[in-house]
Amino acid sequence: MTDRYTKAVNSGFTQTLAKKLGLPRPAVLRRYRAGDSLTVGPVLVVSDGASKADADAIAQTLLGWDLDVRREPTDDVRWGAVVLVLTEATAPTDASEAVLATGSVLRRLAGNGRVVTVSRAPADGDSPALSATRHGVDGFLRSVAKELRGGATGNGVVLTDDVAVDDPSVLGTLRFFLGAKSAYVDGQLLRVGPTADGVPAADAPEPATDRPLTGQVAVVTGAARGIGAAIARTLHRDGATVVCVDVPAAGEALAATANAVGGTALQLDVTAEDAGERILAHARERHGRLDVVVHNAGITRDKLLANMKPGQWDAVIAVNLAAQLRINAALLEAGLEGLRIVSLASTSGIAGNKGQTNYAFSKAGVIGHTRATAGLLAARGGTANAVAPGFIETEMTSRIPFATREVARRIPSLAQGGQPVDVAEAIAFLASPAAAGVNGQVLRVCGQHLVGQ
Amino acid sequence: MASRQSRAAATNGPRDAVVVGGNRIPFSRAGKKYADASNQEMFTAALEGLVARYGLQGERLGEVVGGAVLKHSRDFNLVRESVLGSSLSPATPAYDLQQACATGLEATIGVANKIRLGQIESGVAGGTDTVSDAPIAVGEGLRRALLDAQHAKTWQARAKALAQIRPGDLKPLTPATDEPRTGLSMGEHQAITTARWGITREAQDEIALASHQHLAAAWESGFFDDLVTPFRGLTRDDNMRPDTSAEKLAGLKPVFGRSLETPATMTAGNSTPLTDGASTVLLGSREWAESHDLPVLARVVDAETAAVDFVHGHEGLLMAPVHAVPRLLARNGLTLDDFDFYEIHEAFASTVLTTLAAWEDVDYGKNELGLSGAFGSVDRAKVNVNGSSLAAGHPFAATGGRIVATAAKLVAEKAAETGRPARALVSVCAAGGLGATAVLESV
Repeated sequence: MTDRYTKAVNSGFTQTLAKKLGLPRPAVLRRYRAGDSLTVGPVLVVSDGASKADADAIAQTLLGWDLDVRREPTDDVRWGAVVLVLTEATAPTDASEAVLATGSVLRRLAGNGRVVTVSRAPADGDSPALSATRHGVDGFLRSVAKELRGGATGNGVVLTDDVAVDDPSVLGTLRFFLGAKSAYVDGQLLRVGPTADGVPAADAPEPATDRPLTGQVAVVTGAARGIGAAIARTLHRDGATVVCVDVPAAGEALAATANAVGGTALQLDVTAEDAGERILAHARERHGRLDVVVHNAGITRDKLLANMKPGQWDAVIAVNLAAQLRINAALLEAGLEGLRIVSLASTSGIAGNKGQTNYAFSKAGVIGHTRATAGLLAARGGTANAVAPGFIETEMTSRIPFATREVARRIPSLAQGGQPVDVAEAIAFLASPAAAGVNGQVLRVCGQHLVGQ
Repeated sequence: MASRQSRAAATNGPRDAVVVGGNRIPFSRAGKKYADASNQEMFTAALEGLVARYGLQGERLGEVVGGAVLKHSRDFNLVRESVLGSSLSPATPAYDLQQACATGLEATIGVANKIRLGQIESGVAGGTDTVSDAPIAVGEGLRRALLDAQHAKTWQARAKALAQIRPGDLKPLTPATDEPRTGLSMGEHQAITTARWGITREAQDEIALASHQHLAAAWESGFFDDLVTPFRGLTRDDNMRPDTSAEKLAGLKPVFGRSLETPATMTAGNSTPLTDGASTVLLGSREWAESHDLPVLARVVDAETAAVDFVHGHEGLLMAPVHAVPRLLARNGLTLDDFDFYEIHEAFASTVLTTLAAWEDVDYGKNELGLSGAFGSVDRAKVNVNGSSLAAGHPFAATGGRIVATAAKLVAEKAAETGRPARALVSVCAAGGLGATAVLESV
């Protein structure tokens, strides 16, 4: 599970050697630690002329987060981040000045720095020029992300439905992209709608506390080990009481996870007919409520389709997709207020993967039901989103043959695999009040893998 | 009259102690999966699973009580050490208790009694045993010489003490569970009782077959999903043989009672195997369970232990529960018909059968139990409905916890299904002519 190459090129003699040989040197990513500053240096906020008011509002908010905010590109600082606001740009030429200003500081962008665009989503009825401008940001962001080095990432906040830039969900998403919690999220544009009524927070997307899930009860399936255990730990860190679910056979590791996070262990096969009801009953009877459900349980049965046996296809669909649908149906039936559902999709479900027709079907299916469920949950102030991990360093991926694994690691822009905690951070963000306006979205945690969007 | 008074006392007596749930590790035949697991590791694992299931991390429980039958002297604080190695609050007291195979049930009775008296609000009862990792003692000659050497004040005296050691002294003493006063193994004792009651080989094999089938069915139905947590990669009891058959059992050679005049009937198939494992039961007052949002499966109604004189008298070694139950039921105004479930520990298949036969015998009822006739009959369909020790295995001190948790869940499910209270009788025989019995009732 350790990436020896990344370790070697970042320490001691092998670091010097790698530098001399000009070997690619994947950076050591900065990950969240309580008390650390949000960014690694000052933040430059630039915009096109028409978006200046939005840029001002964002700059004001960043000041409120105790960041060193600058409005002019200078070459006397190591920049921690650039926020490029293009919300009101209406013609392709509008963006030029701000984009080139961004470019002018990239050489002085610190390791683990950030470039974040804030723009609006194309909508029906846009003029061709407006649509071109808004789509243009997409291509720009994905490209600049590939040019960044030293663990720096580029991501975009995409506003939908006339949402204001100072909407808590917009600011919450901006904060996620600026900080270390999004370490392995790169080249992604996340659509953000208005924060639903009744959700508190107003001008404080980051609650006074660093435990945004305090008082909430979260269920994590597949919590015994790997990514699931990391999700349980991260949600617990953010204040949630965690119900850890896994198949009875994984009970020993499940108990260890539950005991580590002070939660409860529920030995349950998610494919059971009444899994949803039992999860609901456990959460309500033992913890009094249910706020967050993370569908993480998943299996692989890789085979070329020509060699696929019925059992291999069916098992993957049953666990990865049908179980989520059935559990969601029970949750919707219960009519919970403000329920957050986050499902694990996969880059395989987006771009396809040889030998994984069953897995890709299930994971693309997850994206499909997430989009459909989003509308159903929105009525009660809830959200449904998916996180699509790329290559994550887990027990499962450590069994991939060395050469294949090495290739998979180096393909993404960040030239390394992600850690389970990177996936967990994205999930914790989507489960938090700060992401109330993010609904029906797929957030990739892939270090900007080459394939797919 | 006496029984009416006791009943009144029971009604107006102390508050209830309830069973919240249980957790055990899968039981494993000696020398297999848990071959190098210690009692402490196994009991800690069972405890950790319980803590995880009920969210007891950092909780200060009233006490944890349990023990092991085969125990090394270094494990003098076995249960306390397990608590310290668990996620419970280190401020949770503990003590070791040992009553042979009745250890787990006796621990349950002790914890329940303290809860009923208001001395504690919550507690865990359980037990653990390993035959694979059993302590091995040195011979008496070597032991004496080593102790003398340790006490010696000069090196000459020490050398002199050590010089006493003879090659024969180096032979280790393997652990034995034979009865110290008769030199007979438990199986040989039970073979005498089996013969006395004329229990057939077929009847015993039938019990063994039912045990495997019932246990397998319970595993399949998910009954143990919230009673067992896997350990060291073992996810189910590995002694269980879902595919065994009457023919296979009938083909086994008898191993006990071969020197008796009657035909030997007890085989490896209808006797419990040597087993490793650990179990726990979580108990509390109703108030404690409620304030912790924990479920309540059953209340511990009452318990009775008994002992019989198998050394000089004529009673069988494992017949003590036969005496305990009539006293227990009389005190609570109950009869043998008042139960939905009978959990009779299958030390041997014939233990169940001799117990039932004795209760049905008029002379025995009059002469041995002091009743006016036979004690009563048991509906065999209600006995060990989810299997028992023949299939699950029998890690001595861990059996009581397995049975109590199973019985508590059975009555809870039955009551939920029928809407009426359900009751279970628990009976565990033990070495030394001991026996412990208890009544559990749905709440």
